[in-house]
Amino acid sequence: MSFYLRRVAFYLVTFWAAISLNFLLPRLLPGDPAAIMLGKLRRANAGRPLSEETVQAITAILGAEKGTSLWDQYLAYWGRLLQGDLGVSSTRYPAPVAELISAALPWTIVLVGTATVISFVLGIVVGAWVGWRRGTWLDHLVPVTTVFQSIPYFWLALVLVAVFSVQLGIFPIIGGYDVFEFPGGPEWSWAFLGSAVWHAVLPATTIVLSSIGGWLLGMRNMMVSTMSEDFIVTAEAKGLTPRRIRTKYASRNAAIPSLAGFGIALGFVVAGSIVMEQVFSYPGIGKLMIQAVQGLDYALMQGVFLVITLTVLAANFVMDLIYGFIDPRVRHNG
Amino acid sequence: MADRQTLTESGSGGELPGAGAETAPDLPFGAPIGAEAARESAREATATAAVAAASAAAVRRGGRFRGLLPRRSGKLVTGLVIVGAITLFGLLGPLIAQPPRDSNNPALLPPGPEHWLGTTKLGYDVFSQLAYGTQGSLFIGLVAGLVALVLGGLFGVFAGYFGGIADEVLTLITNIVLVIPGLPVVMVIAAYVQNADGLGPLARSSLLVALVLGITSWAGSAVVLRAQARSLRTREYVAAARVAGERPARIIFVEILPNLVPLLAAQFIFGVILAVLGEAGLSYLGLGPTGSITLGTMLNDAQTGQAVGTGAWWWFVPPGAIIAALGAGLSLINFAIDEVVNPKLRLAPENAKRQRKATKAGKGVADTGAFA
Repeated sequence: MSFYLRRVAFYLVTFWAAISLNFLLPRLLPGDPAAIMLGKLRRANAGRPLSEETVQAITAILGAEKGTSLWDQYLAYWGRLLQGDLGVSSTRYPAPVAELISAALPWTIVLVGTATVISFVLGIVVGAWVGWRRGTWLDHLVPVTTVFQSIPYFWLALVLVAVFSVQLGIFPIIGGYDVFEFPGGPEWSWAFLGSAVWHAVLPATTIVLSSIGGWLLGMRNMMVSTMSEDFIVTAEAKGLTPRRIRTKYASRNAAIPSLAGFGIALGFVVAGSIVMEQVFSYPGIGKLMIQAVQGLDYALMQGVFLVITLTVLAANFVMDLIYGFIDPRVRHNG
Repeated sequence: MADRQTLTESGSGGELPGAGAETAPDLPFGAPIGAEAARESAREATATAAVAAASAAAVRRGGRFRGLLPRRSGKLVTGLVIVGAITLFGLLGPLIAQPPRDSNNPALLPPGPEHWLGTTKLGYDVFSQLAYGTQGSLFIGLVAGLVALVLGGLFGVFAGYFGGIADEVLTLITNIVLVIPGLPVVMVIAAYVQNADGLGPLARSSLLVALVLGITSWAGSAVVLRAQARSLRTREYVAAARVAGERPARIIFVEILPNLVPLLAAQFIFGVILAVLGEAGLSYLGLGPTGSITLGTMLNDAQTGQAVGTGAWWWFVPPGAIIAALGAGLSLINFAIDEVVNPKLRLAPENAKRQRKATKAGKGVADTGAFA
């Protein structure tokens, strides 16, 4: 049980650290983001004075005037967060930040989630096979995957767009769905779903192609290491079928570190997909982040950063719990 | 991406073969499993003995690190050639190319004898931009890689060596930094820092971009180095040094760090790859350095210049290809290092290959089963 307690404690501390980092960044780094943000909001509001409520929200998130103690600001900041108030966006004035994020989040989670799972499963299965057939021509796959791994996500996306959308015209160039067919925004219908899936093919392919190499390689190397363990020799000596040794003995043990890496990889995939969403103008959380950064919409930027961090933390937490369940050793060694 | 890979690979805690690795008895083929086990145990025994002897005597001989150097393999040579060629291109290319911002050329010219890689929308020569961009990206990669290596080394080695409370605190910080996704943090920091007054020309320089990338990417190597430092701490020769009354600083720098050299090199290489990729992403989003040209800023120019839509492939394909080639070359060098850190990766495929050959030659070795 102490394993789970330790994990919960770690994620509580990390959660607190992430939120405090979010609080400290605009205050400690040079510049006065609150003043810039209020100026932007005033312009967005056509020069009319802002409501007291808006000003309070912005100063709570980005930093109050000089004189207020950091501790008071910290308390006010937590108060805002606990109410779910992330301020108002200036680039999409007067939409609240929380509303923009909740509209964008499902796009990214579905796309990145599906693509990551596909890439993980494919990489593990192929990696296990390549590791099993070590010492054959399949070993040459290893250097090839590194090339794919070293390709920047967004550059691969650019090339895919240039070939499949611009040259061949098979897939749409940008967007998450056909905005001309569905001018009213997302709706629940088969036609819309089809359009969304069609638009997701290239972005998903980009993620799978550029992340599969890491899984394949990690799994292959673990498989090679596991195959020289004594228990594999024993299994072979007992006369078990090779298939059984491969699936029940070697792969299961070799996959454990990959599972541990899954949570951490998710952070990289989210990061990589930010730039990828820019290429495809995909209406996800990454696109929102880029809009915020380019428009110096600090409230939106802080909100998106917080949500991305918390999502990755939550995913890691779940993976950790599963990992403790799969591999009893980590529970006992703490 | 790269960090996870190191975690899974080096997390298995391979033994470092010491100076005596080459002296392991070359057992005849026959019982591959037994031979491998014997060879490995022999190697481990000689390795530990050799390292211990070398450290205890504390004599700096030229051949001391030979066992820590990667073997000359196809992967290593290919990697070195690719990385060397790109580095030379980055260093010498700017000397022979025309100025990168010379717009006295026709716009959007496809590759030809006059302009080897064509021109951009503003009439810049792509070859020249590529040469300067490679130089800029390499600079950022090296600086960020060094910063990450120093930070990762500090956190990882100190946590692993001292243990106890120091370990708990340093590991907690490392793990927190590890799970917080990198690029979003970099974007947020860059957005604040680059729009601050008071930093002057530093605000959007490549040095600052490199520092931000380095400060946010050290956690992965800290985890790997901590694991190895922890295992080294329990070796006899380290215990002997402690009993002899050596100061902790001396033990860390003289006894432990030399044995971490392959890992440190691998982590540095990963840091460089990560930083070059990170810079490309950051610049592509318009958050890169403004004064200098990098491969990322080229891609950003191509994006704003509608290179994809107009079919000007010669504008956006070369910078990405250089990044991919550089990353692949560095990874290949890392594989060679990995095979030093974890000998099983090299031995197991070799043994499997030998067994298959023996089966074909009709030496009565079974051709089915897990080892065929």
